[in-house]
Amino acid sequence: MTQASAAALATWAQVELARHPDRPYALDYIHALFSDFFELHGDRLFGDDHAIIGGPAILDGRTVMVVAQQKGRNTAERAMRNFGMANPEGYRKALRLVGQAEKFGFPVVALVDTPAAFPGAGAEERGIAWAIADNLLAFSQARVPIVSLVIGEGGSGGALGIGVGDRLLMMEHSIYSVAPPETCASILWRDISRKLEAAEALKLTARDLQRLGLVDEIVPEPPGGAHTDYGVAADAAGAALRRHLGAVEALPIDQLLEERYLRYRKIGAS
Amino acid sequence: MFRPKPKYVALPSPRAGLGEEIDRLTCPKCDTALEPARLNATLRVCYRCGYHFRLRAYERIAMLADPQSFQEEDQDLTARDVLGFRDAQPYSSRIEQTRRNSGINEAAVWGEASIAHRRLVIVCLDFAFMGGSMGAATGEKITNGIERATHRRLPLLIVSSSGGARMQEGMLSLMQMAKTAAAIGRHGAAGLSYMSLLTDPTMGGVTASFATLADVTLAEPGAMIGFAGPRVIQQATYETLPEGFQTAEFLVKHGLIDLVVPRPELPTVLKRLLELYTHAASAGVVELQPRNGLAARAAAGG
Repeated sequence: MTQASAAALATWAQVELARHPDRPYALDYIHALFSDFFELHGDRLFGDDHAIIGGPAILDGRTVMVVAQQKGRNTAERAMRNFGMANPEGYRKALRLVGQAEKFGFPVVALVDTPAAFPGAGAEERGIAWAIADNLLAFSQARVPIVSLVIGEGGSGGALGIGVGDRLLMMEHSIYSVAPPETCASILWRDISRKLEAAEALKLTARDLQRLGLVDEIVPEPPGGAHTDYGVAADAAGAALRRHLGAVEALPIDQLLEERYLRYRKIGAS
Repeated sequence: MFRPKPKYVALPSPRAGLGEEIDRLTCPKCDTALEPARLNATLRVCYRCGYHFRLRAYERIAMLADPQSFQEEDQDLTARDVLGFRDAQPYSSRIEQTRRNSGINEAAVWGEASIAHRRLVIVCLDFAFMGGSMGAATGEKITNGIERATHRRLPLLIVSSSGGARMQEGMLSLMQMAKTAAAIGRHGAAGLSYMSLLTDPTMGGVTASFATLADVTLAEPGAMIGFAGPRVIQQATYETLPEGFQTAEFLVKHGLIDLVVPRPELPTVLKRLLELYTHAASAGVVELQPRNGLAARAAAGG
């Protein structure tokens, strides 16, 4: 990449902020927002995936079900979390927890932060595509409100695998993309170094996606980005989550499901 | 939504219609020089080694549907460059070029048809249109097809061949995964059957949405089917991929699909499945009430 346009450089700055190693991760938001969080483990089929975490938590005196993608803070934790790239077990754990949320009528809060679903041989053997597809269907029909918040990187089907719901919120400097810019550059030009161009063309910033009508609200971050002040970032995230949860919880569930269906149905409708 | 008057599409019989543009061909697997007439007679399966050549959507439909039974819908629906995307060329001119070269307006073709006199909706992806990638108009056509099947209480057959999401449509492309999966959910919740046929290649966001949510999932021999491509996996993990990785046969072994079906056997297999799965529906099933989401998911075959 020799001649990145100003727009491409500005977009890339957003990508780097979304991936900033000091950025608050899911557990930082969870501990700041909920008065109790009890992490549940395992998909009951194969294993426990540490790239997707979840469990019941208390928000304003009522239980919500949290499903979140978690990156690691240091080398050991990054390896343990597989850099936030989930295997099928992560998606199946999320499915189990959403099923449990339906049973108890808990609203679901999904925190999205992943570069992509894990591209590994084992993930393919255990049906990563099947696991994601199952979640798209199950989340589209789950009879409880679901609010998703992209806190860092929303990477392709890996993000959507816990991201279908009634509201999509994005932190100001988060991104959400059909594919990571590196992968997109590799597909289109067979040249990863053209990632800046790809990032700009993909329209992956929160602002771009709001213009496309895909995002309900952009949550403001402190000046310089969420990593400069976790408390301020979490307060803003909490306020937005409360507002949107309140709105969707007020609707009769059948109406909410119809609106959820139409929310996706209208995207790209002729 | 505006729907153009259905166009009646007359299709030639499979044997006459296949492979008109082929003059000389060499099998990419066994290197045999193949005679076009004989290759057409075997439905474009190499008569020496069994390699399955890719089929265009209309060829596939002609091969599977009863003659003259396919009524195409949404034939004019085509991609739009909403993002102003530009790679080697502007997406808008890429769309024009692909439409000219492929002779179709989008990577999905759908309509009502019959197989062995049983009505159904067939949706077929065409790899010749930008690698069968799922843009917004592609997702719209697929969803229209699924919804037609739901509203008319018909079984559904989707034949997939796709590289996955369409990069040039960014998040509008990704969201088609959710849209098509949700439509499959409603079709399944209505107690209707869905057969998915995975053909070479089916990858990425298509594999990770409607294509794998069927009651019965079939694949053609040797078809490459997966989520991440082998190149991406090797770049990310430096893993040595086993022989036959992500082939249809590999997926059967790992319990991910029901059956690998050689192309000449597909008409018989689909006829049997339609009979087995539509008995209840033809006897008149009452409209199902909205049900527990996970039960509905099971009903949809997830």
